[in-house]
Amino acid sequence: MTPLFASLLTEPVGVSHYMMVGAVMFVCGAVCMATKRNILGVLMGIELVLNGANINFIAFGSPYLRSDANQLGLDGQLIALFVIVLAAAEAAVALAIALNFYNQHNSIDIDRADELQG
Amino acid sequence: MEQGIYWPSFFFLLFGAISCLFSVAVVLTSNIVRMAFYLVLALAATSGLFFLAGADFVGAMQLMIYVGGTLVLLIFGVMLTGKGPFVSLSTRGGEWILAALVGGSLLATLLPATQAVDQWQGISRDELPQTVSPTATRLGLGLLGARVDKLDQPNPALREGMSGYLLPFEIVSIHLLVVLIGAAYLARAKRRRATEIVE
Repeated sequence: MTPLFASLLTEPVGVSHYMMVGAVMFVCGAVCMATKRNILGVLMGIELVLNGANINFIAFGSPYLRSDANQLGLDGQLIALFVIVLAAAEAAVALAIALNFYNQHNSIDIDRADELQG
Repeated sequence: MEQGIYWPSFFFLLFGAISCLFSVAVVLTSNIVRMAFYLVLALAATSGLFFLAGADFVGAMQLMIYVGGTLVLLIFGVMLTGKGPFVSLSTRGGEWILAALVGGSLLATLLPATQAVDQWQGISRDELPQTVSPTATRLGLGLLGARVDKLDQPNPALREGMSGYLLPFEIVSIHLLVVLIGAAYLARAKRRRATEIVE
């Protein structure tokens, strides 16, 4: 780990630093989805996961972060835009489902959603 | 040779630390309103990371759509949980242990993978591109099917990837329209049923 952190303040950062932030956000989102009992908490976990993926797309598309010519270029940013739009769509539908669930059960505890359990 | 602080790296550390810390805070707190507030902070710091990577348009979109959408989530959280027991639904102890185990092993897999390639370690100060060009025009033309950033692609095999994103743009537009209509249909008020329950 020493070559990574030795010159962190005096040298430009690279793709791997961005990917570390993205990995932490992804893992936080996955754990959040798995542990929260509140529907809205699960939704926030999904947002975190998508955001962690977006960080990777932006990092691989950036001309300032890696030395070789194999950058994604503008494609990374375009895909990140699509991810943002799809996340907004997903949040709208999921909020509608959460509202319906609340109307049916008077609760937003997902552990109560067990009518389809076999 | 002693070099001064490279300020973009400093701001990367700042924004990266904020987004990581508040992501962890989202997981750890069980109060839904605090969770949403921490999420807003984490997403806003992420937009700072996007600006630092040269993606100005995507950073602005992140601030407007993502953070704005999460504010709506926050309002929903307040509205749905105003009265009593739903403000904090705590996770059980055994689930925490299992989640920490799974999350820790996932992180232990992902973090070494980020260090796997030497070219990902960043470039020295001298090799950095000296010009900064805004991306909004190129992104807009790319969405309309014209890749002005790839006009000089010398490899004819790669030139096929230049066709742009007109079709995905149309698909995602229709998708968004359908999804919004569907969400409005799903979330419509069912007055009759509510009165039945009350009676």
